[in-house]
Amino acid sequence: MITLTVNGKRREVNAPEEMPLLWALRDELDLKGTKFGCGVAQCGACTVHIDGEATRACVTPIGSLDGAKITTIEGIGETREGQALQAAWLELDVMQCGYCQAGQIMTAAALLAKTPKPDDTAIDDAMEGNLCRCATYKRIRAAIKSASGQPVDDLRSA
Amino acid sequence: METTRRLFLQAGAGIGGGLMLGFGFARAEGAQALTDYVSIAPDGRITIMAKNPEIGQGAKTMLPILIAEELDADWTKVRIATAPSDEARYGAQFAGGSMTTTMNWEPMRQVGAAARWLLIEAAARKLSASHDAFTTAKGQVVHESGKTFAYGELAADAAKLTPPAADSLKLKDPKDFKLIGQSQNGYDSPKIVRGEPIFGIDMTLPGMVYAVYVKSPVYGARLQACDLTAAKAMPGVTDVFILKGTDWHGLQDGIAILAKSWWYAQNARTALEPVWDDAVGAPHDSAVYLEKAKALVKGTGEVKQQSGDIDAALKSAAKMVDAFYDVPFLAHVPMEPQNCTARVTASGVEIWAPTQVPNDGKALVGKTLGVPPETVNVHMRRAGGGFGRRLENDYMAEVAAIAQKAGKPVKLVWSREDDVAHDFFRPGCYHNLRAGVDAAGKLTAYACHSVTFSRDGQVAQGAGIDGNAFAPLVTPNFRLEQSLIETTIPTGYLRAPSSNALAFVHESFWDEIAHAAGQDPVAFRLAQLDAHLNDKANYNPARMRAVLQTVAKRSNWGKTKLPKGEGLGVATYFSHRGYFAEVAQVRVADDGQWRVLKVWAVGDVGSHIINPTGALNQVEGSVMDGIGSMEAEITFEKGRAVQSNFHEIPMMRMPKAPQVDVHFVTSDFPPTGLGEPALPPVIPAVANAIFAATGIRIRKLPILPETLITKQMASA
Repeated sequence: MITLTVNGKRREVNAPEEMPLLWALRDELDLKGTKFGCGVAQCGACTVHIDGEATRACVTPIGSLDGAKITTIEGIGETREGQALQAAWLELDVMQCGYCQAGQIMTAAALLAKTPKPDDTAIDDAMEGNLCRCATYKRIRAAIKSASGQPVDDLRSA
Repeated sequence: METTRRLFLQAGAGIGGGLMLGFGFARAEGAQALTDYVSIAPDGRITIMAKNPEIGQGAKTMLPILIAEELDADWTKVRIATAPSDEARYGAQFAGGSMTTTMNWEPMRQVGAAARWLLIEAAARKLSASHDAFTTAKGQVVHESGKTFAYGELAADAAKLTPPAADSLKLKDPKDFKLIGQSQNGYDSPKIVRGEPIFGIDMTLPGMVYAVYVKSPVYGARLQACDLTAAKAMPGVTDVFILKGTDWHGLQDGIAILAKSWWYAQNARTALEPVWDDAVGAPHDSAVYLEKAKALVKGTGEVKQQSGDIDAALKSAAKMVDAFYDVPFLAHVPMEPQNCTARVTASGVEIWAPTQVPNDGKALVGKTLGVPPETVNVHMRRAGGGFGRRLENDYMAEVAAIAQKAGKPVKLVWSREDDVAHDFFRPGCYHNLRAGVDAAGKLTAYACHSVTFSRDGQVAQGAGIDGNAFAPLVTPNFRLEQSLIETTIPTGYLRAPSSNALAFVHESFWDEIAHAAGQDPVAFRLAQLDAHLNDKANYNPARMRAVLQTVAKRSNWGKTKLPKGEGLGVATYFSHRGYFAEVAQVRVADDGQWRVLKVWAVGDVGSHIINPTGALNQVEGSVMDGIGSMEAEITFEKGRAVQSNFHEIPMMRMPKAPQVDVHFVTSDFPPTGLGEPALPPVIPAVANAIFAATGIRIRKLPILPETLITKQMASA
């Protein structure tokens, strides 16, 4: 039995230590917001925070997480950055298919926690590992800026 | 209440138990089903059915906008539910070919008008007044006396009435549109930002087990033998069994591993050592295909189209351009890996799927399991991207067969490696092109010998030659020849199928011709369009001319002085009934690294942009998707794919995402779709911009930086 602290709650997982956090969250704890995309830390869909660091849950064994604080998309709205990003994502209508967006928001939230007003280079560096197959990058960039109080154009009209 | 129950039971009888989930909340609120699409609760909340799958193009929001417009609904009171898959009630239900807008622009407005008619008629009967004495506004029926009824007050009476024939209903004058043309955000978006479980892969059922399905990496190889003992002993595994394949589109030979959660099943794959008959793959190899294609274009192919005397025209041309283009196979790789959930019982089959074609799935599952397709019900789940991959329901056939044998509900999830290995790939293709221009710079001859792929002797899926490629190239001397290479590799339809390859080939070659003729690429295209303005064909040159002129203006074409290493390229393409002209600005560094700085995209998709925010997002995404594809390829060795996951499949990512300037030109034609047509022209626009920047012509994709190092740069 492994004890994880997820979104502020202690949760027991009866699984081997090598089970990746992604699958413990999705299948053992029924937290399906964290998404499976590649399984090899190449797409960022499974991004969660471990002690505030954006981390790929698909390659993080639960045995390594004793005492760690895990935040997922289901809990990120409780943080200032997470709430601002969720609002900006909706305001700018970022989503197409939406599948990668939980991971995008999680990476962006970790960025804003460290860099409250990121410029384009900081956004590029932080977000490069998060693939959006629909390529909503223009809006993701704008939403990060908007959530951090930087001016953006309205992208929703031609 | 009685009416609701009756309608509910009627509806439920034809569909199976699954519908109850969809209608549950509507019934709880006492909502009245006016039609198959529209239910209204006493408090005025309206539930609208979205009939088609949502794979990221915004159909779930756009279709209800059309209904709500004619219904004069208050959009803030509209809730959207995904319809059951039932073509008898909802007509064609699919996401593909950018057809959702084209096929539903009028019918969905008629659906809204029918519901509005019912509400007015209910009010008319209440007041014993004439139907014509009423209007509607934002959720209310208004009598000329000023007496108003909220829709919620009328719903119960309206639900008892029968609407008139759809084509007898008068639709709004477009000047009165209140929702069409206004941006409405994606309906599911609040759930997405909170991580709610709405995708196919998020499905769970009581008593469900999780599965992986192990197939041969070599296409067409049958399973010879596999000892299951070790896999059965792996932790968490509940069962392991072999299934016999029935269909290359559906169930193939494989080994199902079932476990108490997915990771256990995936982990247990390491304990399998299947023996496949993989010698069948030996002749299928990318290097072999290229050599075959080069040999084939030296001979003659089957003549598909011919006019004039092409050989004489080429011989007498003042200048001839001759080029060989080489386009790779590509994978779809939607972000959500293939998955599907099924429950098979004596009374029927229930499927929960992220699919583009739910009703095709019923037929495939019926055939696979040997049950009548009418007993198969497919619930549409939001799909994490489609791009054409989910036009195939192979995962659905697999999970149905696994769940049937297991005797319990099963969720099948493919790994990303499964997804890449078992894609229905965008087929590669090869083209030898020759064109002649006369001394005045006029095109006099155009010859194309295409080498594409076949399966069982027929042109393979997605490997067809699309006439759109030649539409603007009408010259009196023209020939299209085709040769085929037989393949075992599964091929299919990738976003803007055929067009995504042919646009690159022909629009790049068109640029070559313009340069050979000593003409500006925009002016050369405009002259060709002008010469055919009155052609009465599928392709409307006037519409293309308008978007080309507009994109030239917006990009300041011909008037910009760019720094060394930068260039502008232009291309046009007509596909999926949409006209797009695009200009790309590209920078190529001394080491050959290239990036697109900006793209101007101008499109004409008819008289209205129904939901501008979604439309812009589609064009921005299509443009970036097209550019990203210029760095990717799937290659094959001995009948299997070489690449396996995203580390070997480069795609557009944030740091390389260009600026995209999107503009729509409206025209007097019914609106058409935007999932695809903006993609094809960006590829040749970028290739042509690289030529403008470096003098290096791109005739092969993907573009490798080392091929862009110019002699001057290398010697510097």
